[in-house]
Amino acid sequence: MSMTNHIGKPLNRVDGPAKVTGGAKYAAEFNVPNLAYGVAVSSSIAKGRIRKIHADEILAIPGVLQVFSHENVPSLAWFDRSYKDDVAPGGSPFRPLQGAEVKYSMQPVALVVAETFELARYASGLLRIDYDVEKHDTDLETKRDDGFEPGRGKTGWVPPPKPRGNPDKELRNATHRVEAEYIHLAQHHNPMEMFASTVEFLGDKKLTVYDKTQGAFNSQQYIMKVFGLNKDEAHVISKFTGGGFGSGLRPQYQLFMAVLAALELKRSVRVSLTRQQMFSMGHRPHTLQYVELGTNPDGSLAALHHHALHETSQYEDYTENVVNWSGMLYQCDNVKLTYQLAKIDVATPQDMRAPGAATGSFALECAMDEMAYAAGIDPLEFRLRNYAERDQNANKDFSSKKLRECYHEGAAKFGWDKRTAEPGSMRDGDLLVGWGVATGVWDASIQKCAAKATLTADGHLTVLSGSNDIGTGTYTIMTQIAAETLGLPMAAVTFQLGDTTMPEAPLQGGSWTAASVGNAVKQVCDKLGEQLLKLAQKMEGQPLKGASYEDVQFVNGQIRLNSDITQAVVIRDILAANGEEKLEAENTMMPNPVNQLKNSLHAHNAVFVEVKIDPELGTLRVTRVVNAVAAGRILNPKTARSQVLGSVVWGISMALMEESVMDHGFGRYINHNYSEYHIPVSADIHDIDVIFVEEEDDKVNPLGIKGIGEVGLLGVAAAVANAAYHATGKRIRNLPVSIEKLML
Amino acid sequence: MSTTTTQASLGHPAIAPPPALGTVTLKINGVERQLEIAPWTTLLDALREYLDLTGTKKGCDHGQCGACTVLVDGKRINSCLTLAVMKEGADITTIEGLGTETNLHPLQQAFVDHDAFQCGYCTPGQICSAVGMLTEGKAKTTAEIREMMSGNLCRCGAYTNIVSAIEEVLNQPKA
Ligand code: FES
Ligand code: FES
Repeated sequence: MSMTNHIGKPLNRVDGPAKVTGGAKYAAEFNVPNLAYGVAVSSSIAKGRIRKIHADEILAIPGVLQVFSHENVPSLAWFDRSYKDDVAPGGSPFRPLQGAEVKYSMQPVALVVAETFELARYASGLLRIDYDVEKHDTDLETKRDDGFEPGRGKTGWVPPPKPRGNPDKELRNATHRVEAEYIHLAQHHNPMEMFASTVEFLGDKKLTVYDKTQGAFNSQQYIMKVFGLNKDEAHVISKFTGGGFGSGLRPQYQLFMAVLAALELKRSVRVSLTRQQMFSMGHRPHTLQYVELGTNPDGSLAALHHHALHETSQYEDYTENVVNWSGMLYQCDNVKLTYQLAKIDVATPQDMRAPGAATGSFALECAMDEMAYAAGIDPLEFRLRNYAERDQNANKDFSSKKLRECYHEGAAKFGWDKRTAEPGSMRDGDLLVGWGVATGVWDASIQKCAAKATLTADGHLTVLSGSNDIGTGTYTIMTQIAAETLGLPMAAVTFQLGDTTMPEAPLQGGSWTAASVGNAVKQVCDKLGEQLLKLAQKMEGQPLKGASYEDVQFVNGQIRLNSDITQAVVIRDILAANGEEKLEAENTMMPNPVNQLKNSLHAHNAVFVEVKIDPELGTLRVTRVVNAVAAGRILNPKTARSQVLGSVVWGISMALMEESVMDHGFGRYINHNYSEYHIPVSADIHDIDVIFVEEEDDKVNPLGIKGIGEVGLLGVAAAVANAAYHATGKRIRNLPVSIEKLML
Repeated sequence: MSTTTTQASLGHPAIAPPPALGTVTLKINGVERQLEIAPWTTLLDALREYLDLTGTKKGCDHGQCGACTVLVDGKRINSCLTLAVMKEGADITTIEGLGTETNLHPLQQAFVDHDAFQCGYCTPGQICSAVGMLTEGKAKTTAEIREMMSGNLCRCGAYTNIVSAIEEVLNQPKA
């Protein structure tokens, strides 16, 4: 593929100017005429039944328009399947405002709509609600023996593979053996933009919905099924999304509420959630993991056992792939992987950046460090010694795997060879220095995706696909692919997304957008290119006669012959010469099933971390990180680097800060705001180096893209914990690695 | 055995009537704007909901994230923590007043060049905060920039590039 003009170049984001000037509009920023405001009311109890909602008291306040709750919501769709979205797990989806039952703390129980936001907020705080309170149970720690194996999980969930070899025996016979439990509490996505939907009421049942989501089509399907709308009536727009990290994969309850209120009041309505309410929905589940490893005398892995138990709600069985990765990251013939859920009174957990893998890699990679120390081998050398050349879970070859290069390039950049093994042996003045390493693996997926391309007589190309850009750079990389394919300058190409009137794209998640939308854009542009060539060949005196699409190239605004690039037609001239206003192509890209099934398709990373710890205060700083990523073709090193930088910040955050602390007395997360749910600030982030290891892969998909939204997060938390051990000799297996744990 | 409880029972039955509207004049980005609002409207909501200046973002409404940062008389403040009526007569600058897509402020340009954002939602606040910080004139080193920009959260984790963008402008020779 002779792609060099735009793809792979570190170009600025095409949506950058809109974002830095405030011109980019997010869901709550469409100030449509005659807008009413809804504020959601969250339950004060964790379990029980609503006896009465004293709506009349606040309806008496002038300007309060309505209080919606189960007491007055009209009958809507009845069957569970109407409430199931694209990625709903097994079970019975939560239906907002449709029953007296309270299933978790801060469950939305009413919506107060008023003429102004301030008034709706005021009235919502005055709304009295009587409850019958039942005893709740929110403590996963007490459920160690109550775990169950989930039946069918959500799309993309793969039950752990059957055990291979004889892990129990080999663990007993191992030369060295380690076992430990690893724990993290719930974590909440907390994108900067809070969930909001602005619903413009256009008469009858016709709505334009500006929604915060990672998938406009998913939101559209949901409201169509729940409210009985047709596609035309349920027009969903989501052009800018202020962060998602998985929280926007499922329609959130403000969408339901805003649509309900708009249809009932026959008026435009906006519902924005509060930061506190961002803790009343899906989260990375509180997880208990147990890992047991054993080695042979030569330092190879003799056996591996990884077990995970995590919480789910009472009404849905949320699943994620936690343990499976442990069966494919290292060569090991005796493996047992087990996975269970336990039900407690919380909202259903939800995919959060690298769901399952971020969790699993924390435990496995800490255990690998412990194993390396037990066996007296350098942690990096230990990983190299157990390098997996094949995917043993699936018994397939990798389509490509440059993890070894990640280790080598990362270690060289980091200076790993200067590490002394003994904990506490490295110092910087009074500070203890620790160096840790860890690694990760993530799926390189692709989904069916449609796109449309239009070239107009002025030479401008517009490409549409109803995907999303949650900060991932989708606008930019798709513009690059389209410009590359048809040989146009970036300025002559516009890529549009986030609208259900466009060709359908999959949800933005799973790191599959670049591959799915990217290959769809490439295909549709090729299709347009073929039409363009035919049209060019009708021009008088043109030199392309008889040439097939393979015989020509689209470069510098021209179609030219491969055999003689001076023989060319200017693309801008083609439509005009043929008297055409525009040329269109539409196409649905289907993943190649053979390649998809034949190979194991994965991206990998290796991360090296330096921490400095004040031995008297226990304060820990992550002073240096090198993250080497092998994720196929990198479309734009600038935006890709940003994604990995962000992933590293997430990893540091997971390692040192994030925990949603449950007060079991109330059954509620008590630190449900930005000042008590800690995430890093600028002063917490020091030097981060990102390396993209070269990895060509023509099997994974035609463009060789693997996606990088998630892989960069893997192993970071483990590498920090491992570095903390190297600095102090203390193993912290219960995230976050906090001062008090280091000092005890 | 279940017990009963009542949510929001404090203060009942007296429900105070909402405050009355009044006319407030705000000078925003050099332009005087009149609006009818109640005293309880924050500067942030006045901008976003009454003046359609949605470039200023709401990330928490509690002074915890900095997404709502604007400049008032040249100083950076959290607009969610101030009431609009308190700023009559003040000179308010929002992200919309710094530059336009075709004529970016040097910091806006530096943010684009350094890819100092992903989702872009914290970005207007970061830029206004950086403008305020540069005016304060205290940050001279990378460490000081990091420290003095720590009131602005970025969940996408764009800090590395945010700091590089600000450093570039800090080190630009003054025209
Ligand atoms: S919205 Fe003002 S500080 Fe967060
Ligand atoms: S760019 Fe998304 S929060 Fe900062």
